[in-house]
Amino acid sequence: MTNTIGELENDAKAIFIIGTNTTENHPVIGYKIKQNVRRNGAKLIVADPRRIELAEMADVYMQFVPGTDVALMNSMMNVILNEDLLDKEFIANRTEGFEDFKAILEKYTPEAMEKVTGVPAEDVRKAARIYAESEAAAICYAMGLTQHSTGTDNVKTACNLALMTGNLGRPGTGVNPLRGQNNVQGACDMGGLPNVYTAYQNVTVEANQEKFEKAWGVKLSNKVGLTLTEAIGKAHHGELKALYVLGENPMMSDPDLQHVEEALENLEFLVVQDIFLTETAQKADVVFPGVTFAEKDGTFSNTERRVQRVRRAINPIEGARCDWQIICDLSTSMGYAMSYDSPEEIFEEIRSLTPSYAGITYDRIDVTGIHWPCPTVEHPGTPILHREKFNRGLGLFHVVEYKEAAELPDEEYPLILSTGRSLFHYHTGTMTRRSSGLDAHKPHNELEINPIDAEKLNIMDNEMVKVVTRRGSIDIKAKISDILEPGVIFTTFHFAEAAANRLTNADSLDPVAKIPEYKVCAARVEKIS
Amino acid sequence: MISLTIDGKEVQVPKGTMLLEACRIAGADIPTLCYDPDLKLAGSCRMCVVEAKGRRNLLATCVTPAENGMEIHTESSDVIEARKIILELLLSRHKLECHTCESDGDCKLQDYCYRYGVADSRFDGEGPHFTKPDPNPFIMRDYDKCIMCTRCVRACDEITGALAINIKDRGHHAKISTAFDGNLADSTCVFCGQCIMVCPVGALTSKVSAGKGKPYQTEKVVTTCTYCGTGCTLALNVKGDKVVGVTSVRDIEKSPVNNGALCVKGRFGWDFINSDERLTTPLIRENGELRQASWDEALDYTASRLKGIKEKHGADSIAMFTSARVTNEENYLAQKFTRAVLGTNNVDHCARL
Repeated sequence: MTNTIGELENDAKAIFIIGTNTTENHPVIGYKIKQNVRRNGAKLIVADPRRIELAEMADVYMQFVPGTDVALMNSMMNVILNEDLLDKEFIANRTEGFEDFKAILEKYTPEAMEKVTGVPAEDVRKAARIYAESEAAAICYAMGLTQHSTGTDNVKTACNLALMTGNLGRPGTGVNPLRGQNNVQGACDMGGLPNVYTAYQNVTVEANQEKFEKAWGVKLSNKVGLTLTEAIGKAHHGELKALYVLGENPMMSDPDLQHVEEALENLEFLVVQDIFLTETAQKADVVFPGVTFAEKDGTFSNTERRVQRVRRAINPIEGARCDWQIICDLSTSMGYAMSYDSPEEIFEEIRSLTPSYAGITYDRIDVTGIHWPCPTVEHPGTPILHREKFNRGLGLFHVVEYKEAAELPDEEYPLILSTGRSLFHYHTGTMTRRSSGLDAHKPHNELEINPIDAEKLNIMDNEMVKVVTRRGSIDIKAKISDILEPGVIFTTFHFAEAAANRLTNADSLDPVAKIPEYKVCAARVEKIS
Repeated sequence: MISLTIDGKEVQVPKGTMLLEACRIAGADIPTLCYDPDLKLAGSCRMCVVEAKGRRNLLATCVTPAENGMEIHTESSDVIEARKIILELLLSRHKLECHTCESDGDCKLQDYCYRYGVADSRFDGEGPHFTKPDPNPFIMRDYDKCIMCTRCVRACDEITGALAINIKDRGHHAKISTAFDGNLADSTCVFCGQCIMVCPVGALTSKVSAGKGKPYQTEKVVTTCTYCGTGCTLALNVKGDKVVGVTSVRDIEKSPVNNGALCVKGRFGWDFINSDERLTTPLIRENGELRQASWDEALDYTASRLKGIKEKHGADSIAMFTSARVTNEENYLAQKFTRAVLGTNNVDHCARL
């Protein structure tokens, strides 16, 4: 997030929610948005193909066709331009590329886009006015915006919207991705990515390579590595021979599980380190037992870049080892001695190599976390980014045209399938399916389907049905629900016995981010008996 | 600033300060049941009453602004008498099952009865009963222990915004209820358990923690939630080297993201930690089956296989998936291991999934 969670409760005068079912996936942030609307009268704009809980209290709700995010936001910007609701001073002083960008907006009139997005022109106008006229307007998004073959375009378009209205660098504004996992921010910050060391220091920059070579005492590669989705593809082709999976479950989380399964089986050697014998661990050649967050010390970095402490509450269960310890042990076994007395000692090494974390110490975050960047121990941290200038200096407008999703419905597969999450489960269900209360309350996967589609197919509520895509099929309980428009179906990916990713598409990736298009693929529903 | 005298001590407070706050500044220990610093004032339980010189009635301090020149007595005989009667009235509809109660030791009613020596109630007798089964796996609703402070109603409204519960009926029959007096699962309840967090007695407790340890038997370890990216602060409740529950840290300084508020996963989704399915030994595949192995064997075997593949096919034939769920320190080591030991930049995690 460019801004903080607290600002969504206290400072934002308008909040534009697109592609985040906040009350289910980030419930505590959802409470704050609701309170801001109810207590302070903040305006709420919701754009989502499903009429999610927040849509019920929105000033404007735009139920758009999955995959038409760019068309929808460009049409909002067409209104902002034509009604002269721009922040001209901000555009002049803080941005570049506006003229080129402006030129493409002309054709995105709300009327023209109505046929693409399905959103009435008047609603787009209303949403554009609320967002642009508010003193401080925040955009919040999550995987609903990013998990598309146009995911990067979608995010750039959201940035254009914020840039053209000056909604950056001030309290209550910002472009705010709500990140789905406890330490997904930290995993990125720590260089758990194929192109960067810690703090996004590029592996292809010689100075960075030298810095880490010196610190680690070995020669390093300057060749950008494989992303997760690419690695699975290479394994499938036989080019990748070994894979070490730490606390991940690609046999549930990755697109097209048939493809993933074949890829993993094609490996010469698979190591999995986890707390349970996950669907992925069942395929491993070696399994290392790690521990839960309750059994170790360390830090997590949340979605607002706040680095916070994780504390050991109990000893590791008999036989398991802390994950950091296992990596050290394996590294030492391979002839590169790694030895740390504690996670704090590791953190000290991180600080020495990571400019944005350099000023953060365990002592300083003992009670309350610190937002990076925090370059020195005197620095208070940075809750709001881009106050004076952007990382690159001026904010760049990107010219982004609407592109259709990669796999659209046709006669054989007439429905759009979107996948996501439930309030009661988390990611691949490794933890929540083994939490007694959560699994008792929500033991089955469900397929949300509009009553009109259900009637056409002669399907009753709670009936087991078959969902079929070009990748495969699953049997699943139908839940008839009018929160979806006809032609769109939705399910979650938490359940191994009805695994949504048997259906999803591994071939339609965003060309830059390599994120799979989980929000749009073509599907059909069949009656079983 | 205004000045007033509390138990003979003169204090100065800003205009608009509530008497409760002023009394606490003066060091007086004012009992409260319906008052909650994060919720709108109810002024309904009357436990916080004090005597003000020259006033005919006792004043409920939580809803009375301090005034210049007030002379307050917080433990006068009239005050004590009033509080005792209030406690007796509350006890008359509170099922006394302290020995088996999940809140035993962390119950304001128990504390105040002890403080004022109220053992039983003169107002006992046949009255309505409110407890009925609610077959949800998270929240135990034992309304025969409810003292109608309405903190749960206000938390549901003002913190979570779920508006799942409210007061139903009047007088003796008043109770906390969902719309149409049904089960929580059929209401707008999202099972965040904020109602448990604010309940001053044992009327609302966690079913997941039931029977696993009384509050005073557990150590509270403050940490960060393991689920979504919000990063809520919570306290793991530990008894005998076992996690037996999760409770809120109700202090904005110590819980800056969520100020104690949690969701259903954070508050009730912790018992996977104790699951029988946890892995407790390394495993090695042999003849197609995974078998148990010692740490030394598993580490040596893995090291030699990885080294062999690196020698034969090159470093870029190996990849590591690190994790969005483990710590920063572990992610740092995972990428260091991949880059420095395996010799490749093939490291990624499920940020995209």
